[in-house]
Amino acid sequence: MKSQSPDPGPFGVMVHKGIADHIRSWRFSILIALIILTFIAAIYVSLANIKSAIGNTKDPDHLFLYLKLLTTTDNSIPPFHVFLSFLAPLLGISLGFDAVNSEQNSGTLTRLMAQPIYRDNLLLAKFVSALVIVSGLFFALALLMIGGGLVLTGVRTEPQELLRILGFIVITIAYVAFWLSLSIMLSIMFKQAATSALTAIGIWLFFTIFYQIVINLIVKSFLPDPAYLTQAEIISYNDLILNLQRIAPNQLYSDAVTTLLMPSVRSLGPVTMEQMAGAIPAPLPFKESVMIVWPQVSGLMASTVGCFAFAYYFFMRREIRS
Amino acid sequence: MKDPIIQLKGLTKQYGAVKAVDGLNLDIDKGEIFGLLGPNGAGKTTTILMMLGLTDPTSGTAFVCGHNATNSPIQVKKKVGYMPDSVGFYDNMTALENLVYIGRLNGISENELKKRSAEVLEIVGLAADQHKKTSAFSRGMKQRLGLADVLIKNPEVIILDEPTLGIDPTGVRDFLALIKQLSRQQGLTVLLSSHHLHHVQQVCDRVGIFVNGQLLAQGDIGALSAQLFGTDSHVTSIRVVQPVPQPWQLEPELQAWEAITRISILENELEFTSRCDITAALVRFLVEKGYDVIGVNQKNYGLDDIYQKYFESNSTKKTSYEKSIS
Repeated sequence: MKSQSPDPGPFGVMVHKGIADHIRSWRFSILIALIILTFIAAIYVSLANIKSAIGNTKDPDHLFLYLKLLTTTDNSIPPFHVFLSFLAPLLGISLGFDAVNSEQNSGTLTRLMAQPIYRDNLLLAKFVSALVIVSGLFFALALLMIGGGLVLTGVRTEPQELLRILGFIVITIAYVAFWLSLSIMLSIMFKQAATSALTAIGIWLFFTIFYQIVINLIVKSFLPDPAYLTQAEIISYNDLILNLQRIAPNQLYSDAVTTLLMPSVRSLGPVTMEQMAGAIPAPLPFKESVMIVWPQVSGLMASTVGCFAFAYYFFMRREIRS
Repeated sequence: MKDPIIQLKGLTKQYGAVKAVDGLNLDIDKGEIFGLLGPNGAGKTTTILMMLGLTDPTSGTAFVCGHNATNSPIQVKKKVGYMPDSVGFYDNMTALENLVYIGRLNGISENELKKRSAEVLEIVGLAADQHKKTSAFSRGMKQRLGLADVLIKNPEVIILDEPTLGIDPTGVRDFLALIKQLSRQQGLTVLLSSHHLHHVQQVCDRVGIFVNGQLLAQGDIGALSAQLFGTDSHVTSIRVVQPVPQPWQLEPELQAWEAITRISILENELEFTSRCDITAALVRFLVEKGYDVIGVNQKNYGLDDIYQKYFESNSTKKTSYEKSIS
């Protein structure tokens, strides 16, 4: 054995252990299986329909074979990125909901805290180890998809496509990271792992199912009859609804991912006739798409960091006893 | 000159209106085994947590190994091994893996780690079980693994919180003997908290009695009992075959002994309270008078009595300390 390798330090040791624990755990295996199955199903359906999608010359994106692979569907099942918008939270929650409280309940947290390590390193190690695994999983899937597509079709990958797919992966990871840090925070706040898991799933269900309904109900209660509104007023109401919906992380995610995977999407809000006049229906360059989704991405990052900061706040001054 | 390795000055911890620890002053010297004795909820664990910087004192300071535990807990934790009262392990890992993980967290290099963990497991007597998952461990084995965990980092001070809780009597005896041996061989300072009097009395050099957040008394057990019970602290009870008649014709003769302060007779059991140890002389006397002695008990005032004296209302234990010498 080489003894020259640099000392990983306590942080490295904890990350190492965290990764090993996740890989061996049943729940991670189950979720991976679930995600891989959806991936295969989605790709299978899109492969069956790829010919018509590529042949559709009316679609400005029809030449992006690999993006089409990810987004084409015959409406029997949703495309992969829509699946991910509700599977990714589950992945994040399952990796984090018992991060701290299970250690506390089994008495290992006190033992760990009695070692010369910084408290924040423990939190960060929990977060990083889960994220490393998730990143590995998604990058592997994306590269497998590109490689498989290359073998099956023989079509060269455009650099832009690669960038867009990598961007999609990065945003997905950020999305998982948000749910991960939320569930780690809950695992610090609640002593029972079951409570924190249920709370996290409750938040997830609220945002995926009820949030839109609630927003619609509220806005309807004060929205005047659109027939009496000027166009500017209609647009401002529309903006209001959209912005309220963007509080939900899954809305941010699907906005961002749709824009990246469909290069012809050029705005996420309503577009007036004047703005559309003279616009050529052509795919946007990668940079422009990124500019459109930047607010969404930074919103996701900000909520991740916010949750993590709360977790840190709750944990640092907490008295640890079993 | 002795330099205290643990120095607590006016340590106070307040939870709302309740003072868990109230102005605690305590010095513990290097190489000493100190027993922190008190009933449940007296503030023992809180005190220990403050010594390790795991909780912040409301006021006062805790110096351990020359470092302020509140400001530089990492420095303290490098030198102090702490075993919590309900020590837990990662159930999906083996004993060795658990131990190695803690070793790595302490920055022990991989080459040394192998040697050290084998060594430490040997000391605590778990070498044969090192590849077993800790979920299969009994309470006593977990406690010993906890000690191995503490020892692997080569500490200067060991803090054990209720180390004897829930282990069977043989286990307790072995465990305490191990602690004592380690302390003597390696010059370790040991702080032991317990509500169990027997255990503290067996190993500790000095004892502090801790009730409701205050240290009521400290010192070695002899000093504590002398302080409390004055000089008549020797009690010898002798059991004979023949029932002793009341009044007993030998009683005046014994009363004349200078050392004896009190004699009580209960059927065939005689109890003598004396100023000094006269057990041997009493036995000889009785045998000469034709009594068949079948049992001799020498009663020292133990921590039990000290304990009771301090917080009679709290204590429900009536076990007494008897040391058979027959």
